[in-house]
Amino acid sequence: VNGIQSAADPAGAHAAITSDLFGLFLGVTGLFFLLVLIFLGWAVWRKDRGSQSEQRLRLTVAGWAGLITLGLFVLTIGSYFADRSLAFAGAGQPPVRIQVTAQQWWWQVDYQDAVPSNNFATANEIHIPVGRPVHIELVSDDVIHSLWIPNLAGKQDLIPGRPADLDLLPRRTGHFRAQCAEFCGLQHAHMALDVIVDTPEQYAAWKAKSLQPAPPPQTPEQRRGYAVVTGLQCAACHAITGTPAYGTVGPDLTRVGSRATLAAAELPNARAWLERWIADPQAIKPGNRMPKVPMSSADLHAVSAYLETLQ
Amino acid sequence: MSELRDGPEFTGAELETRLAETWRDKPGLIGWITTVDHKRVGRRYIATAFVFLLLGGVLALLMRLQLARPESGLIGPDRYNQIFSMHGTTMMFLFAVPVMEAMAVYLVPLMLGTRNIAFPRLNAFSYWIYLFGGIFLWVAFLMNIGPEAGWFSYVPLSGPEYSPGKRTDVWAQMITFTEVAALAGAVELIATILKQRAPGMSLNRLPLYVWAILVTSFMIVFAMPAIMLASSFLISDRLVGTQFYNPTEGGDALLWQHLFWFFGHPEVYIIFIPAVGFVSQITETFSRREVFGYPLMVLALVSIGLLAFGLWVHHMFATGLPRVGYSFYTAASMMIALPGGVQIFCWIATIWSGKPRWDTPLLWVLAFIVTFVMGGLTGVMVASVPIDLQLHDTYFVVAHFHYVLIGGAVFPLLGAVTYWFPKFTGRFMAESFGKWNVLFAFLAFHLTFFPMHLTGILGMPRRVYSYPHGLGWDTLNLVSSIGAFLFATSVLLFLGNVLISLRRGRAAGANPWDAPTLEWAAASPPAVYNFAHLPVVESRAPLWEEDEFPAVSGLSVEKRELLLTTVIDAMPDVRDISPVPSIWPLIAAVVLTAGFIGSIFTPWAVVWGAIPVGIALTLWFWPKPGVKEDES
Repeated sequence: VNGIQSAADPAGAHAAITSDLFGLFLGVTGLFFLLVLIFLGWAVWRKDRGSQSEQRLRLTVAGWAGLITLGLFVLTIGSYFADRSLAFAGAGQPPVRIQVTAQQWWWQVDYQDAVPSNNFATANEIHIPVGRPVHIELVSDDVIHSLWIPNLAGKQDLIPGRPADLDLLPRRTGHFRAQCAEFCGLQHAHMALDVIVDTPEQYAAWKAKSLQPAPPPQTPEQRRGYAVVTGLQCAACHAITGTPAYGTVGPDLTRVGSRATLAAAELPNARAWLERWIADPQAIKPGNRMPKVPMSSADLHAVSAYLETLQ
Repeated sequence: MSELRDGPEFTGAELETRLAETWRDKPGLIGWITTVDHKRVGRRYIATAFVFLLLGGVLALLMRLQLARPESGLIGPDRYNQIFSMHGTTMMFLFAVPVMEAMAVYLVPLMLGTRNIAFPRLNAFSYWIYLFGGIFLWVAFLMNIGPEAGWFSYVPLSGPEYSPGKRTDVWAQMITFTEVAALAGAVELIATILKQRAPGMSLNRLPLYVWAILVTSFMIVFAMPAIMLASSFLISDRLVGTQFYNPTEGGDALLWQHLFWFFGHPEVYIIFIPAVGFVSQITETFSRREVFGYPLMVLALVSIGLLAFGLWVHHMFATGLPRVGYSFYTAASMMIALPGGVQIFCWIATIWSGKPRWDTPLLWVLAFIVTFVMGGLTGVMVASVPIDLQLHDTYFVVAHFHYVLIGGAVFPLLGAVTYWFPKFTGRFMAESFGKWNVLFAFLAFHLTFFPMHLTGILGMPRRVYSYPHGLGWDTLNLVSSIGAFLFATSVLLFLGNVLISLRRGRAAGANPWDAPTLEWAAASPPAVYNFAHLPVVESRAPLWEEDEFPAVSGLSVEKRELLLTTVIDAMPDVRDISPVPSIWPLIAAVVLTAGFIGSIFTPWAVVWGAIPVGIALTLWFWPKPGVKEDES
């Protein structure tokens, strides 16, 4: 089944191994279900109830127990080997290294490189190149979250005080959706992120662009927006590289205009939604940590105009 | 003058009048609140649990209403989180476990051929504590301080920093109430089963339902302390600033999950195993033969009870514990399918080789077998680590555990209520209506929960108050919501049948189904003393194989005397006095409730609360002048 957030539509090595294993389980358990239904149907509709042989039943129950044991053995072994192949999928190549920090209710994404000047931050989206292993370090600063990108791999919890990691090996390009899978409070439902599997060229271009500071504002409206963002409360929480805004409480906005979605994949990234979000974040995502910052409608338009340029 | 005792020379109406005199409660309200009769306490326990089923069901419908459409704005996140937390908490702690113990409180003494449960005052106390705990939780919810961190209350979300206010304290303290009630019930049932069986009912003649209750009660005794410890740590983290679960102060957030699931996994078997007992009794009676493979069935029960303690980690596969260690829990989890599958075989073999009579209770068993096997097989799937990492915390798991809990426990429970209804009330439930009811409930159930397997595989996580459209979940959710309302209707129809049949049902005799076990030797409904003559049994199916029961003689008619028998062989051992009605269990429960509730506000409530509790318990156990016997 196709879907951008579906375990049944694998686009990565890990999800594919699991999907195959699921097929094995479905086949074996389906067979057992069928056997039970046949026996039950026979027991219900049996006509000849005269000759009862307890001895025969005893032999059959022994056979049945043997069959179950065999089935479980097959499934346990299958599961074990699938688990081993998951552990070794993508081994041997140097991975793309990313650190994902989960917070109520958004994802901070830090690309890590051996060369410090090649590190950069983004939020609520992950770009990865197809065919290359990806190693994600997982950190939570507040409660337990779980990163789940069903098309690529199974989920992994992010537990405060316990470092964890998740390996991916994307097999085809595409735009996928990931979501927090561990109940994490009020806006657990709206804690998603975009996962974009690029071609190596697209990825290199995206990465190169991400390493640049934010583009400076051009028009008077954009300049007014810049002034509001860096002058009002916005800058206390958000960072925009190359500007005086370097808060770390909320998502990094350096490339916010280039993202597909807003508010942890809750809203499409379009001007109208951006304005509604800034105008009253609590109306759209009640309980989230972004306060309503009072501003004139002209300021609001200006801020949106400026943020849109951050591509 | 020597004491009046029963026996061959003292029988008939006069004996029954004298016994009723000895065993009856005081009339009116006083009798109602002081009763220690296991049947009265059991009945109100069952009724209360069904009230909580309805309340929990209403919450389920609210959730399905919200989730019927994507991005629905009917219920906000704050309310929704309380609703799903309350749904799980109510269903697990206030319905499922209590209703199973409640049925046992009513049935076990009758099935064993005794006159009351062991420690009947403790039994009354257990009910009151359960009732007060349930009311406390629900009043809090209606005051908008209901639990908000799920029925599992994972830290740190439920800790002092992320769940300020009293909501989680209410949840944690509700655990304390239900723990006390469940442990009390378990202890009574164990003592009753091991020491009060009819002479001759050696362990190998114990009805399978009683075996199931024995295993369940031991599981309660071993599982509950883990959650008690966990919730006490949580309360003290929240109230007095301990740091058991705070990683930055040397605590561990994962400790909670280990303790919770060490209780939580056996918990689902604590619900399921009594249901297995119902299924065995119903299958036996309506197939008109003893359950095939009795020793296998007992072994299966015991091994499920043991294995249930070895697989809690399968709830934690996504937490990042060492992968190779997980294999053990995968194997242990899958191993449960072996005793489970053998039991399924034995029931079907019983029907196959018997002469089945298709009355409503047996139809519930069929609904159970089909549904439970499906739930069991999806359980095998999520026992595999790789598969679980995809499906954990999705709607697939929601589907899985509703298959095993509703299909595996509620269907048998409804069958059991239908089956024992004549015993409880002296009347039948409406029979042909009941058959349609089974079919309706079965179809509505699958309409509700089958699509959830697919929504889960398609990526929908649990515990979300809203979901975006366009991910392939919209239609499936709508179907689940429609199914939920139909399923709720079928449950209401069942309860309607109960209420109408209470007054208008066809009258039933002592053994209307021609069942083999001892409870059917008592009148329907049973006299307050259960049996005029305590029966002596010589087989596993006494009512099928013995025309005339040998009876125990020599028990006092003037005192509430019971016969205790030996643990293995049920040889007559000693006569013992069963306690008379008392107001003190109620008073002790009231003051303990005050202490429990007070202690979510100040730790001093534990200190000061201990004083009235101590006084109440002292008076409860105060020896009566002129009564020499122990009245515990």
